[in-house]
Amino acid sequence: MPIHFQSKPGLVIYLTAGDPSIEATRAIAIDAIDAGADVIELGVPFSDPLADGPVIQRASERALAHGVSLKDVLALAKEIRTARPQAGLIIFTYLNPILRYGLARFADDAAAAGADGVLVTDMIVEEAADRVSDLLGELSRVSLAPIFLAAPTSPDERLQAIAAHSTAFIYAISRVGITGKQQSLAADASELVARIRRWSKLPVAVGFGISSAQHVAQVGEFADAVVIGSTIVELIERSAPAEAPGAVARFIKGLRQPETALVR
Amino acid sequence: MASVILPSAPSESRPGRFGVYGGRYVPETLMAALVELEREYEAAKADAAFQAKLNELLRDFAGRPTPLYFAQRLTESLGGAKIYLKREDLLHTGAHKINNALGQGLLAKRMGKRRIIAETGAGQHGVATAAVCAHLGLECIVYMGEVDMARQELNVLRMKLMGAEVRGVSSGSKTLKDAISEAMRDWVTNVRTTHYLLGSALGAHPYPTMVRDFHRCISREMKEQILEKEGRLPTAVIACVGGGSNAIGAFYEFIPERDVRLIGVEAGGRGTALGEHAARFEGGVPGVLQGTFSYVLQDENGQIAQTHSVSAGLDYASIGPEHAMLHDSKRAEYTSRNDAEALDALVKLARTEGILPALESAHAVAEALRIAPTLSPRDILVVNLSGRGDKDMGILAHELHLEGK
Repeated sequence: MPIHFQSKPGLVIYLTAGDPSIEATRAIAIDAIDAGADVIELGVPFSDPLADGPVIQRASERALAHGVSLKDVLALAKEIRTARPQAGLIIFTYLNPILRYGLARFADDAAAAGADGVLVTDMIVEEAADRVSDLLGELSRVSLAPIFLAAPTSPDERLQAIAAHSTAFIYAISRVGITGKQQSLAADASELVARIRRWSKLPVAVGFGISSAQHVAQVGEFADAVVIGSTIVELIERSAPAEAPGAVARFIKGLRQPETALVR
Repeated sequence: MASVILPSAPSESRPGRFGVYGGRYVPETLMAALVELEREYEAAKADAAFQAKLNELLRDFAGRPTPLYFAQRLTESLGGAKIYLKREDLLHTGAHKINNALGQGLLAKRMGKRRIIAETGAGQHGVATAAVCAHLGLECIVYMGEVDMARQELNVLRMKLMGAEVRGVSSGSKTLKDAISEAMRDWVTNVRTTHYLLGSALGAHPYPTMVRDFHRCISREMKEQILEKEGRLPTAVIACVGGGSNAIGAFYEFIPERDVRLIGVEAGGRGTALGEHAARFEGGVPGVLQGTFSYVLQDENGQIAQTHSVSAGLDYASIGPEHAMLHDSKRAEYTSRNDAEALDALVKLARTEGILPALESAHAVAEALRIAPTLSPRDILVVNLSGRGDKDMGILAHELHLEGK
């Protein structure tokens, strides 16, 4: 179970697999791990990403434009796992691509690729336990960790259910809304993390809208890890493919620079 | 079939499941709102004052009950089954959509949510929602694909005139599916103050059940009216199916009447290849799109397919989950009529009866034209004429070369 957070707070880096190409994502992931990322979330591009803001929507469109499939993403996961065995690796996806692939086959292949966990954006804990779409059963069969989102709008009984079915860490959404950058962190985040801790001893990662060293330092005061997605994806969008790995690595190192985090 | 593994028997009937279909496949952020909506809807259903207010508005604002009209000249020209038309096209704002918009509008007000968002394809649901929001004094934002805004421009103008803000959606195929995704993104962001007034029998529980219930009045009236006029139930009820709200409303009260055939008509578009049509039961496989498990047009990688139909309201890659169940259990039959057949049916109805149906509803008329001559004059077909065609004049002028003739 390589999901553990070396530093405080741990860093989870989201990448849309295949944007701008599978080879580029591999290079970016490896450089991100070398720069201090504890966990890579590998996003499966989907045609209708209804929980994502414009940045990740565009990244998905670019990846799909050159035909990136779930199979390609799993092959990429295996390469990253082989190159950097110490980092955590999570497959981040919408439900339909893995349903079409077959949940059992997906669980087998994700485990064979060396993934540690799976996060399905549009899969709540009840449906993951339903026999129509028994993701929990399939993941547990191959010892993959199910990662669930917890939202500021989730009442305590839902947090309790999420905690009961989680085995690696819980992903707390910093605010209501879709993925994307924001200027300041909502007070929602620390309240939510405090509520989650009533039900779970697992680490809590905070994501959605985290984009600066200042945010990282702020979240580090109350959470175990931060997830950074849209800011990285946007940086990749703006960089020439050959320069993207270096730019992402520099950005990740900068997230740990205390001087940029002094101003609260 | 794809590698989706379906259980051999339907799962125990959890609320929101139709056999194996339906469910709630949404981001966690929306769960509290869906649970609240389900609770408030159940409370409103049992609240006599709510029901009385809804019935009053359905009568005085929307114009219910709608007539069941015997299309005598159409029937005579085909020489077979008698054809009746359920005139939902006569409702205020021009389609059945107002039934559900009134129901959910009153519910939003009851929940204290004063900001309403909606998606629209053909624009009929958007116009109905705009009208209801104006009537109830609620803020109204309608998401509409840019392709649909261009082809249903008249409805865009009607929404604006009634005070709604129409937000164009330029992502994906720029049609209904993308408008729903954008409305869901808005809802996820503003869920604490906003009600999402979803316009079809789609999406996560409780929407498919709630939207169907608000349209049940269609089949309830049909049943009474046909018994009054003919003294017996029809041979078949025919309705077009996009998301499936008018069809489920027209079918529902007849489901226990095993002798009544229920026929849903999907959009056959301009061809049988993936991307050329919206016939989910002729190329779709079970999957999850926008909150519900149902048949979905998709490629081998599980990416949602593009669709095509001359009618914006049928141009959608998935179908309401209750239809998926009725399809698998064979209680309802589903077929498709293509763009050309729908246009021909529209012209035929206009010329024989002086009724201009919406392009969506024209698909149901086309199926009636196809089967009526194969049946006996003892048979009765009831076609749900879900909307009127005024909104389609731009498309019709182009497709039928009406100008300059």
